[in-house]
Amino acid sequence: MPTYQLTVNGELKTVEVSKDMPVLWALRDYLDLVGTKFGCGIAQCGACTIHLEGTAIRSCSITMAQVEGKSITTIEGLSKDGEHPVQKAWKSVDVPQCGYCQAGQIMTASSFLAKNQSPSKQEIKDAMHGNICRCGAYKRICKAVEVAAEEIAEKA
Amino acid sequence: MSSTKTAMTFSRRSFIRTSSLASGGLLIGFNLFTACKDAIKPPKDLSKLDYKDFNAFIKIAETGEVTIFSPNPEIGQGVKTAMPMLIAEELDVAWKNVYVEQGILDTKNYTRQLAGGSQSIRHGWEPLRQTGATARQMLINAAAAKWGVDASECTTNEGVITNANGDTLGYGDVAKEAALLEVPENVTLKKVSDFKIIGTDTYNVDLDKIVTGKPLYGMDYKAEGMVYAAIIHPPAFGQKLVSFDAAEAKAVTGVEDVLKYKDNIVVIGKDTWTVFKAKKLIKAEWASDKDLESTEDHDKILTDILDGNKFDTRRSDGNIKKAFANADMVLERTYESPFLPHNCMEPMNFYANVTDDKIHLVGPIQTPEGTAKHVAHLLERNEEEVHLEMTRMGGGFGRRLFGTFVVEAAEISNMIKKPVKLVYSREDDMTAGIYRPAIKYRIKASVKEGKVTGYHLKEACINDNMYGLIPNFFPAGAVENYQVDTANYKSAITTGAWRAPYANFLSFSEQSFFDELAELMEVDPVQLRLDLLQNVKGTTDERIEYSPKRMEKVIKTAVEKSGWGTKQQDTYQGFVAYYCHNTHVAQVADIVVKNNEPVVKKITCVVDCGIVVNPLGALNQIEGGIVDGVGHAMYGNFSFKDGVPSDSNFNSYRLIRMNEVPEIGTHIIESELAPTGLGEPTLPPVGGAIANALKALTGKRIYKQPFINNPDLFKVPNKTIVG
Repeated sequence: MPTYQLTVNGELKTVEVSKDMPVLWALRDYLDLVGTKFGCGIAQCGACTIHLEGTAIRSCSITMAQVEGKSITTIEGLSKDGEHPVQKAWKSVDVPQCGYCQAGQIMTASSFLAKNQSPSKQEIKDAMHGNICRCGAYKRICKAVEVAAEEIAEKA
Repeated sequence: MSSTKTAMTFSRRSFIRTSSLASGGLLIGFNLFTACKDAIKPPKDLSKLDYKDFNAFIKIAETGEVTIFSPNPEIGQGVKTAMPMLIAEELDVAWKNVYVEQGILDTKNYTRQLAGGSQSIRHGWEPLRQTGATARQMLINAAAAKWGVDASECTTNEGVITNANGDTLGYGDVAKEAALLEVPENVTLKKVSDFKIIGTDTYNVDLDKIVTGKPLYGMDYKAEGMVYAAIIHPPAFGQKLVSFDAAEAKAVTGVEDVLKYKDNIVVIGKDTWTVFKAKKLIKAEWASDKDLESTEDHDKILTDILDGNKFDTRRSDGNIKKAFANADMVLERTYESPFLPHNCMEPMNFYANVTDDKIHLVGPIQTPEGTAKHVAHLLERNEEEVHLEMTRMGGGFGRRLFGTFVVEAAEISNMIKKPVKLVYSREDDMTAGIYRPAIKYRIKASVKEGKVTGYHLKEACINDNMYGLIPNFFPAGAVENYQVDTANYKSAITTGAWRAPYANFLSFSEQSFFDELAELMEVDPVQLRLDLLQNVKGTTDERIEYSPKRMEKVIKTAVEKSGWGTKQQDTYQGFVAYYCHNTHVAQVADIVVKNNEPVVKKITCVVDCGIVVNPLGALNQIEGGIVDGVGHAMYGNFSFKDGVPSDSNFNSYRLIRMNEVPEIGTHIIESELAPTGLGEPTLPPVGGAIANALKALTGKRIYKQPFINNPDLFKVPNKTIVG
């Protein structure tokens, strides 16, 4: 079984898993980081979204071999104590219903807002289109992205 | 009009307390079952699910911290926040000092630990407040005894008791003494105008954990020594396992075993990916001793049922035959719906550890009690040996009412004698479902001298039929000659409750029909409904479920809020008013044309759900129900070919996404009546509202869901999702 080294949430980690194991399952089953969720396994729902070198990717469809030596961030490492503007916005808007997809939504939104700090509503909708919320909390997700964008813009 | 008759009595006998808490303090609870046994009126389709014990517990530590155990499973409907709010209100503690914990399955002390039928708040409304008020009175009585004063001179405010002299004691100071006191009778509940917590926007109690990715869901649960299991069900409904070759699968590093389990194959291994991967390497042979079913067959079977005369009559008023024979005009239409998978975001999973001394089960389940009993029965064990912990659920929508996956996990653990976590892939979840059954409705109405004189609703459904309350929904009581007939066809395809069972498609059918009937009668569709409601006012028919008065109010409010009939030329509107889960809803869909395609621009929604316990959570439910309703009416497309489901993942099965969500304008009727259901009632009306608006735009009617299967009416661009 090969060994992989990568930086997870700022810490160097070594994991011994099969080379085709998606990052999602290494995080969940071997690194005890279960915030990244399994939804579809084929990059269609966005529940497993993490950042690879700062960019949102679907961790169900990228293997450990592909991230060897790279740096990833999961929902657990997005901020200390949930203080990232996107997390704060998610709380102030009270976005979740069941909550299962929300880590992925937050990771997509935070990556998007790092690149576009004054998005239009349509740009938000386009950016979030790949993340399914089965409970249909889309209005609040959209609102929370707007709220977070405002805070990020104020700080900038 | 049961929506206003939810009174439950509170009896001393049903109050439970435990004073010998390891942590010290007071633990009290209330047995709802004993209190509301006679008054309880669950929807029929849920009656099989064992409504039993339930308790709401309060734990007051000597430090004054209050823990409230939320009894019912949380599937995203918000009861883990709202049920404790009811207790905290009457207990009179500051919400910020309350910790909420999920109660475990406890059949001795709890009743109706169930998430289903939008009933948790409705059934908990009185008893949960009584629990809080009784606890508060016991704390007052303990303080009064300590001071040597009369309890009646003591008041409380946010966890502090004050007497006439101005002395104060915290709840924690007297919790231990309070637990030893007599349980008081006849505690007084607060007036609605005195509520401090109920009716205030309250954040989801798990919010911090959700946004920081803390373990919460069944999928996140781990235990020492646990192995993972993946399961292969027969690919087609009706098939049985003949044989399989697992040599390749067993050669995968990390695979511990491959087993036959009933007509399924189970892979055991050290992590989820390994068992998923190994599953794909198994070569299995399946067989069937009868013809496998296809949607084409069902289509014909259901039509044959409607054309035939073998029905159960569920309600019959007057004489519909006479009404039709004497009519000036008759309208008859048939409406068709597909099967639907639930597609909870968290695929089915469960942890089980079956040992000689107990059966430990952990995971997401809407029916913990019924499922625990079922497991005990199958494993020939006592029910008391089952210890079931409910996790937060990544969605329910009815799927997790059916604990098939819990049974599988328990039996697998029992076979391999190890703690095991069974995990479904998305493909397992979508293809081994308990689907919303395919249904056809045929509705016929007669009109004479400008009045609706007859109404005949026939239901042909796969496996089962509408629950017993539905024949008493609108327009029951409003039409003199009225009949509801149902029949079903038993299929090998497993079906069950899906958010707002039956109502989710019946509403579309009936509300489309009323629209067409109004057109035929040359009256405004809103006026038709208002006229019909006039006939029900003052009815003495106890069976009638809805309130004509409340229905009229939501209708009139929706007319006002949506600008019904006064919209500009480029907006086309469709109207619906529907009652289910004890709640009255009216909706108006606004459709506009963009780039030559109809677009649902806005849904105006008016809801009468009685008192709103948590407005912030309520709005989320209302909007979620509408989005869910729009999505499935438009895109929900699922069928079978030779027993095999048409779709297995989100690459082909289309769920609504952010770009497709209309504006939603919600208006809640202010009320001092007891709360009614909210997790389901806003879903059923929306499909009909859109269909009626499309008719206004195109002149054509839709009789079949999903709407994307009517491409001549409604072209929906197929958007590719790039991961």
